Amino acid sequence: MLEAPSSSVINNGVELGSSLKSGSGKAFDRKKRLSLYNKTFKVICIASAVFVCLILFTILFFMGRTGILTFDTVSPLTFFFSSEWAPENDQYGAFIFIFGTFALTFLTMLISVPLSVIIAVFLAEITPSWLKTMLRPVMDLLVGIPSVVYGFLGMTILIPMLRDLTGTSMGDGLLAAAIVLTIMVLPTISRITDDAIVAVPKKYRDASYALGATRFQTIVKVVLPAAKSGIMYAVILGMGRAIGETMAVVMVIGNTPQIADELFKPTSVLTSNIVMQISNVPFDSSWNYALYMMGFLLLVISLLMIVLVRLVQRKGVKS
Amino acid sequence: MGTLIDIQSLNLYYGTFHALKDVSMDIPEKAITAFIGPSGCGKSTLLRTLNRMNDMIPGTRIEGQIAVGGTDIYSREVDVETLRKKVGMVFQQPNPFPKSIYDNVAYGPRLHGIRSKGKLDEIVETSLRSAALWGEVKDHLKRSALSLSGGQQQRLCIARALAVNPDILLMDEATSALDPISTLKIEELAQDLKDRYTIVMVTHNMHQAARVSNQTVFFLNGEVVEYSDTEKLFSNPRDQRTEDYISGRFG
Ligand SMILES: Nc1ncnc2c1ncn2[C@@H]1O[C@H](COP(=O)(O)OP(=O)(O)OP(=O)(O)O)[C@@H](O)[C@H]1O
Ligand SMILES: [Mg+2]
Repeated sequence: MLEAPSSSVINNGVELGSSLKSGSGKAFDRKKRLSLYNKTFKVICIASAVFVCLILFTILFFMGRTGILTFDTVSPLTFFFSSEWAPENDQYGAFIFIFGTFALTFLTMLISVPLSVIIAVFLAEITPSWLKTMLRPVMDLLVGIPSVVYGFLGMTILIPMLRDLTGTSMGDGLLAAAIVLTIMVLPTISRITDDAIVAVPKKYRDASYALGATRFQTIVKVVLPAAKSGIMYAVILGMGRAIGETMAVVMVIGNTPQIADELFKPTSVLTSNIVMQISNVPFDSSWNYALYMMGFLLLVISLLMIVLVRLVQRKGVKS
Repeated sequence: MGTLIDIQSLNLYYGTFHALKDVSMDIPEKAITAFIGPSGCGKSTLLRTLNRMNDMIPGTRIEGQIAVGGTDIYSREVDVETLRKKVGMVFQQPNPFPKSIYDNVAYGPRLHGIRSKGKLDEIVETSLRSAALWGEVKDHLKRSALSLSGGQQQRLCIARALAVNPDILLMDEATSALDPISTLKIEELAQDLKDRYTIVMVTHNMHQAARVSNQTVFFLNGEVVEYSDTEKLFSNPRDQRTEDYISGRFG
């Protein structure tokens, strides 16, 4: 009886020791396991980065490979700078569409960016919180609406309105497309800008108010500059969407190969022209190649714009 | 020393929470007044009533009177922006704007309508000199303010506050995020500045209060327990609670 407790103590001691040992064994396992996880994670990250680059280059390669065949029969000069697009007569000047894409994107951004920033400022800074909790989800919903729906709205509501406004039978054209695109990208740009504004630390605002700034001054001189990179990001996304948008544009732009030198004049852009014609061209014709070239161009333009915006952004951060 | 700030039976509520209870005091001009007391006793709250930064906290209610230079700052005729221009504030965490050093200091003067480059240059230089930072930054005024060290950033914030030519400078634990050397620099700076400005500082560091201030106010749970000359308060406190606090028995 006397030994029992002491033996149990010894047993406990042994157990303690062995449990420590197994603990240290576990720690070793754990270390190995962790390093395995880390390595796997790293590999997955690198693999996905490589994969994304690969996809990008593959797309560029295949679009470019077919597109480049255009220049067997059409001189690059003609393709880029002639505004004669009449494939039936072997005339492949794409200037109208290139110009149209730039003009449409520019016009869309000109309307949508200031408007979005104003909406975002109201949403982030001025709207009472009960309204915010209602508006934000609604705007997030708007982001997801299919572009065809925006096209329908443009066709059935906007164009008749524009006709009434101008008093002519004209409605389709650059302005109609820009307005439809604006409505489309507005929720995207303003919600991301809104988030960027909300993320500006309170201490900057406090510092500004404490120096005697009004709310307006604080927003314009401190909050918006501090949210600049977020706003830039929003603009890139919006711009990407505007350049590449097809359905909504096809439905309101008029689809006529003439240069968009007026706001109300049926015209065509790269996307709308491709989608209107691609289904009924012979497979290995210059016409087909030219459409591929236009697709390739679209790709390059959007890539360039992203790079450009990044550069501007970096310069802004430095100052 | 005349009185510059006259606080009379001030009560402040955050919603239903009674944060300041019947606070009355006279703050002398061109001197340093320190607020001490345990965390949550209302030091920052009182400081923020002086430049009306509490206005922006929803649910805040104020009773009583605060007169600065004889004018009730909560009366209708007072323009908050003008008040804040006259009553500068330095925060606990250095908070320079993500702009250049120059633009940080020039921010206030630009707000208040100064456009001339020459005038701005002059204000930037004198403010940085007053904040004892000119020597360290004069060659790279275009650099981002965020590239400065914490202590330099805090002095930049002081320069920024001085640039709008205030009469009063409120400092809310302005040295608590800094190392001892930066702290010492800012204390020396406060000493220099008190010839020209009325300084009210909140501090958790009793040695700091004892070293730099002329008057000290001891708060407890939103009430003023004791208010007297710094020397007297630390050497010969009138109230038992003050004595307990400064001898480290609570708080
Ligand atoms: N915005 C606010 N809303 C509600 N209550 C607040 C608010 N700010 C402060 N309080 C409360 O008021 C009291 C005083 O706060 P205050 O910040 O003035 O204390 P303090 O003395 O500065 O403390 P510390 O030394 O920790 O900074 C605290 O109890 C705090 O919880
Ligand atoms: Mg405080």
